[in-house]
Amino acid sequence: MAEPHVTPPRLTLRGITKAYPGCLANDSIDLNIEPAEIHALLGENGAGKSTLMKVIYGLVKPDHGELLWDGLPIDIRDPAHARKLGIGMVFQHFSLFETLTVTENIALALGDDAGDLPTLAKRISEVSTRYGMALNPDREVHTLSVGERQRVEIVRCLVQPIKLLILDEPTSVLTPQEVETLFVTLRQLASEGCSILFISHKLHEVRALCHHATILRAGRVSGECTPQEESSESLARMMVGDDTPISTDYPKVLADEPFLQVRGLSRLSEDPFGVDLQSISFDVHTGEILGIAGVAGNGQEELLGALSGENEIDNHDAIHFPHGAVGQLSPRQRRAAGMAFVPEERLGRGAVPDMSLKDNALLTGFLTGLVKKGMISHRKTRTFAEQIIERYRVKTPGTETHAASLSGGNLQKFIIGREIMQQPKLLIAAHPTWGVDIGAATAIHKALIELRDKGAAILVVSEDIDELFQISDRIGALCHGRLSPIKPTPQTSINEVGRWMAGDFSETDVASSATVSA
Amino acid sequence: MDIDLITNILYAMVRTGTPLLLVALGELVCEKSGVLNLGQEGMLLMGAVVGFVAALLSGSLMLGFLLAIIAGVTMSLLFGVIALGFNANQVATGLALTIFGTGLSAFIGTEFVGKPINGLDPYALPLLSDIPLIGKMLFAQDLVVYLSFGLFAAVYWFFRSSRPGLVVKAVGENPHAANAIGLPVMRTRYLAVMFGGAMAGLAGGYLSIAYTPLWVENMSAGRGWIALALVVFASWKVERVLLGAWLFGLASILHLVFQGLGFSISSNLLAILPYAATILVLVLLSRNQVRARLLAPMSLGKSFHASS
Repeated sequence: MAEPHVTPPRLTLRGITKAYPGCLANDSIDLNIEPAEIHALLGENGAGKSTLMKVIYGLVKPDHGELLWDGLPIDIRDPAHARKLGIGMVFQHFSLFETLTVTENIALALGDDAGDLPTLAKRISEVSTRYGMALNPDREVHTLSVGERQRVEIVRCLVQPIKLLILDEPTSVLTPQEVETLFVTLRQLASEGCSILFISHKLHEVRALCHHATILRAGRVSGECTPQEESSESLARMMVGDDTPISTDYPKVLADEPFLQVRGLSRLSEDPFGVDLQSISFDVHTGEILGIAGVAGNGQEELLGALSGENEIDNHDAIHFPHGAVGQLSPRQRRAAGMAFVPEERLGRGAVPDMSLKDNALLTGFLTGLVKKGMISHRKTRTFAEQIIERYRVKTPGTETHAASLSGGNLQKFIIGREIMQQPKLLIAAHPTWGVDIGAATAIHKALIELRDKGAAILVVSEDIDELFQISDRIGALCHGRLSPIKPTPQTSINEVGRWMAGDFSETDVASSATVSA
Repeated sequence: MDIDLITNILYAMVRTGTPLLLVALGELVCEKSGVLNLGQEGMLLMGAVVGFVAALLSGSLMLGFLLAIIAGVTMSLLFGVIALGFNANQVATGLALTIFGTGLSAFIGTEFVGKPINGLDPYALPLLSDIPLIGKMLFAQDLVVYLSFGLFAAVYWFFRSSRPGLVVKAVGENPHAANAIGLPVMRTRYLAVMFGGAMAGLAGGYLSIAYTPLWVENMSAGRGWIALALVVFASWKVERVLLGAWLFGLASILHLVFQGLGFSISSNLLAILPYAATILVLVLLSRNQVRARLLAPMSLGKSFHASS
């Protein structure tokens, strides 16, 4: 990179600084993106990736610093201006309108350049075919799968001249096979001269795809490198710094004494966009972690609701604990029988935002002697909360802090700690490390393994397939409300589970794996 | 029942339905952008009193209508600044606007109660108005009724084929996504709220200048609320707003019809018909969850702040 550029970089950031109250999101960030380059922006949650990309897309004004576009200083006023320059963005939480068609959605983003809808629909078909992303322009978005919605977002950027495509964590909602397809598209785009800014925290994807990487930590650039020349460990080190433990491999175990038995669990969803569970059967054994993979919206919420007791099921015999069927029991009765539950949403379901950590500790801990004859023992509750905070290294001023003021990772450590401290016989955890930084994720994984080794049955439902391979002893996947075969983790592969996530399994597969495990 | 009676019922139905149609069209646009303005009754009354006073003092009906519209827009801007600018709760703000408008209109109109003006006369279109049954209903009305036909067509076209209509729908469904792709969420919502105010103001003017050309305190008699119910009744579809407005118009003159036919049914009982119909429609709609969720603007009543 020493020789002078014949052409200037597509985009240059110089000293970009953006402060929010109480937090310096971007601290003097420099970045160069060349034409036709796939550039990774790597960092943990809260490292400042989102703020930086919002600056580039004109959604946020930086406090200091300048942007150069094709070598010339520019002030990007708003997203419309960014689009005019040829900057397209694929959001992590899609910016689509569910009740409108694909064409209408794209027309909205294009502004006055959209032209009439039939012509635009034709262009959409052309672009989507050219880049291998099948898409029907007349479908309403609410009928599309998550992967298809992402295609809409990408095609939306490609129907107009594009010079820089920004993708924010694009693979978090895709199966491994869909990720491969996406990478093919992105490489094709780059080969045609489009620059790509690929925002991610998944190291192997960055190594597989990107030409260059800029690593952010706590709002600053902590490293630049060519990802192919680095190991995942060295990249992770740059992301988290020197003093944070990075997750390791955990020994896998095989257990055979079932605690939770699910047999033929079927349930029609009452949510219009929900998924019906179709005759789901599996066991979670004492002393093992069962991982269930799957792209969000394939029945996870429905399964978790049925298991936790929040949603009623018709067939009460479908869910068994060792002492009998629990299908008709309330969540509280199931907890009394040894179950603990970590829901997906931390605020509002896992914890009450405006209540103190102490009161939140009481919410599920009340069965463990914190309440005597209807009276709350505040001393014991405080001690309980203090123990959680200490044991699980929750960063908080104290037990009176409101749950809402904790960062996502800290609150998650608190919630998981609260459940584990009650020494459950069965722990059901949904997305335990979603949005949590690597350090906290490692702490949570260790806590789960420790609980497993003490003899608890653990069910982890997660979208993060890497996480599941790391901690699960056996693994399966949900797709459209059907459960794939379940195999011991060492006997399967990410590719196989990826196919399961896409629904590529038959009833006979499921049946044969059930007999193997039984 | 003779044909003259039916002709007259249809004529009265459209006349009675016109203020409902105007208010409901305005509220429909407003709600499609995600803003629930429960202040329709207050804006309606302010339009009525301001329009009447202006027409009485100036002698110009057109000036009356113009000022009625301006009064409605001003009221809606008050709502907009509080509910959109300061992100206050839309339901509370709307209710406050109704209470405020009811009180202020009574105050302004104290000295004008019962004073007569020469109201807006119907203008029968030659030939067309002689068509049996529907001729009088559609072509022997006054200018505001004709205008309401035009406004209905305009709103219908707006949502069906225009890009701004698409923008309004998008903003009402997911303002955060709209903001992210660069649509002007706040401007769209302000304009939608102002359109709602203009329509309510015009409807108020119609009440006090054309429909019953005089000012009486609280003369809107709940029409703002009926119009709100009407939007739900129409399940946010423009063409159903027209049908609903005329249907509700018919319901509110039914007691006269029944009197004419010699039945006696309490007019109070008949007055609940629009609301009963709305509840019935809500029940029917909610039988199918998917449809119900797709019909109402998804972010209706939720405030939006660009930085979050």
